[in-house]
Amino acid sequence: MSHAVRVLGLDIGSRTVDAVWLEGTGAHNARVVESVVLDSGPEPHKTAARLAARGDHDLLVATGYGRRAAHDVLGAVAITEIKAFALGAADLHPDVLAILDMGGQDTKAITLSAPGVVDDFEMNDRCAAGTGRFLEVMAAALGMTMDEFGQAALRAQRGLPISSMCTVFAESEVVGLLHRGEDRAGIARGLHEAIAKRAVGMLKRAGAQPPLLFAGGVARDPAMAALIAAAFGGRIVVADHPQLVGATGAALHGLQP
Amino acid sequence: MSDAPVDYRPMWRELGLDLQGHDMLLAAIPQLYQAAYLTQQNRPEGMKYFDFVMSEIHGLRIKELVDHKAAGGTVIGTFCLYVPEEIIRALGGQAVGLCAGAEWAYDEVERLLPRNTCALVKSFMGFKLGKVCPYVESADLVIGETTCDGKKKAYELFGELAPVHIMELPQMKRPADVGLWRGEIDRLVEKLQDTTGRTLDFEALRDATREVNDKRRALQRLNAARAASPVPISGKDALLAVQIAFYDDVPRFTQMVNALADELEARVQAGDGVAPADAPRVLVTGSPMSIPNWKVHDIIEKAGAVVVTEELCTGSRYYERLVDERATTLDGLLDDIATKYLDINCACFTPNPGRMEDVLRLAKEYKADGIVHCALQFCGPYQIEATQVERVAKSAGIPLLRIDTDYSAEDVGQLQTRVEAFVEMLA
Repeated sequence: MSHAVRVLGLDIGSRTVDAVWLEGTGAHNARVVESVVLDSGPEPHKTAARLAARGDHDLLVATGYGRRAAHDVLGAVAITEIKAFALGAADLHPDVLAILDMGGQDTKAITLSAPGVVDDFEMNDRCAAGTGRFLEVMAAALGMTMDEFGQAALRAQRGLPISSMCTVFAESEVVGLLHRGEDRAGIARGLHEAIAKRAVGMLKRAGAQPPLLFAGGVARDPAMAALIAAAFGGRIVVADHPQLVGATGAALHGLQP
Repeated sequence: MSDAPVDYRPMWRELGLDLQGHDMLLAAIPQLYQAAYLTQQNRPEGMKYFDFVMSEIHGLRIKELVDHKAAGGTVIGTFCLYVPEEIIRALGGQAVGLCAGAEWAYDEVERLLPRNTCALVKSFMGFKLGKVCPYVESADLVIGETTCDGKKKAYELFGELAPVHIMELPQMKRPADVGLWRGEIDRLVEKLQDTTGRTLDFEALRDATREVNDKRRALQRLNAARAASPVPISGKDALLAVQIAFYDDVPRFTQMVNALADELEARVQAGDGVAPADAPRVLVTGSPMSIPNWKVHDIIEKAGAVVVTEELCTGSRYYERLVDERATTLDGLLDDIATKYLDINCACFTPNPGRMEDVLRLAKEYKADGIVHCALQFCGPYQIEATQVERVAKSAGIPLLRIDTDYSAEDVGQLQTRVEAFVEMLA
């Protein structure tokens, strides 16, 4: 490419629609013009369409669960989140060899054979247990905001073991523990530990090696980052902008020749 | 579903089908077929025959089987590649594969079988319990086998609903097992003689052997054309042809497949393909994909790759090996039949190194860029053997995607993402 192009990368997810506008002649000189993380709202496709309707881009690239609709309705180029995260990581944190993306209803472990080159990946199967949604439901059951939930988990000396992974049954378990007068911070920590264990299990199945990039909405939770670092047993980097890695990668894809 | 003026309802009623349930089942097929098959570009002309067969899936073919029985023949249901079709034909029978590829009457099925049973077993039980399959209802006898645990134990319950003869397939391929298997073939002959009222003779078996070998040879030709680049036929279309092989009229099927193979060979000469030459080429291996299960092939091909070959029961395992036609005695021919069938490399056998060799060989012959291992959930043999297939693929440097799924539409979105990500890796 000889002239500068502005690409809008969209990561259309179940909880947020993340957008990154990049400008450059290639990935090497791309600069972020703007970025935003919006609530998906009840109709993520509409939220995405509103961002695209601003019309201040030359090319639209979409990833995430809403990428197909964006392709069909908005004419976006569609790439999977796997590829988008690999590209985003290569730009933002090029030394990592693995990525853990924990989002609203998806958790993905991606291993890289080289920056931007996917070697293997694992995704949660039919069930959304162990994803952002699980944590939201549990925070609400404890009467906490997500911030308070993470802080409580960090504070607690020890975590109360939670046996259920099913979001619905785990919530009942939490309510039961509260009735018994158990410590809320301990419950918060136990819940985080259960998720971290599951995520590290997925990383191990994917053969992930450190350094690991931790991204996605759940990466904003400091307790989760700490627990995953401890269970993973290797260096982990929390993405500077955990919710923008996918959208950045999508935009970068648009700048590739 | 077909716009033929023939009303098959009296025939279906006569067979004991639940007409209402059957109507619902049939009503679902055209849309499924349209979305998967009829949106494809540049399909070979020869696929029109298979489209026609699909449109008459419970109509014309069933009528042929009903007429066959009226003329003194028998219909023998089978669930497995290991059951020798030659013997059935030599005794005036028509073999029909009863493995099914759609969810039906699961609420009824789950009163008998655990929810965590493989979809193939639940499906054939459901078709029987729901009385919606005219093939099942036409069968004079059903042959089961001791392959996997799921089938083995399900046949005990199926046997309460229809007459079942079980063949004991060995678990290993040592000399003693070959002897056991030959004994089981003799026992099958006795049972079929009893059911058909005929006696097996050498000439009839030799003729049947040639006919079934001809069917395999035709499929070999069709599939050999897929090694070309660009590939002249989609994986979905090739899969459909093998699925139909399980129950269509043998000489006619052979003729139509040979015609299709002629057309594909001409396409290869002309460089005419159904996908761009640089579309990633995928080998699919794993548990059988019975009609009308096209889910994974469809996802792979809609993701921009093309399936170039299948190491499946509904694939290479069906047509790759022939029965040796040189025997001059009945005993000798039965030995050769036993040998050919035992040679099939199903994961029910332990160990199963032949399958690893087949997968690698096919990947090389068909220039596969990647392998998709697709096992049915709760299918112990294939899910567990997938680990060895992964290792073998890894040492050969061939990327492999592992999928465990069933017949439902529940996981299609996730599978699409995983398959698309895999195709992105191959491109």
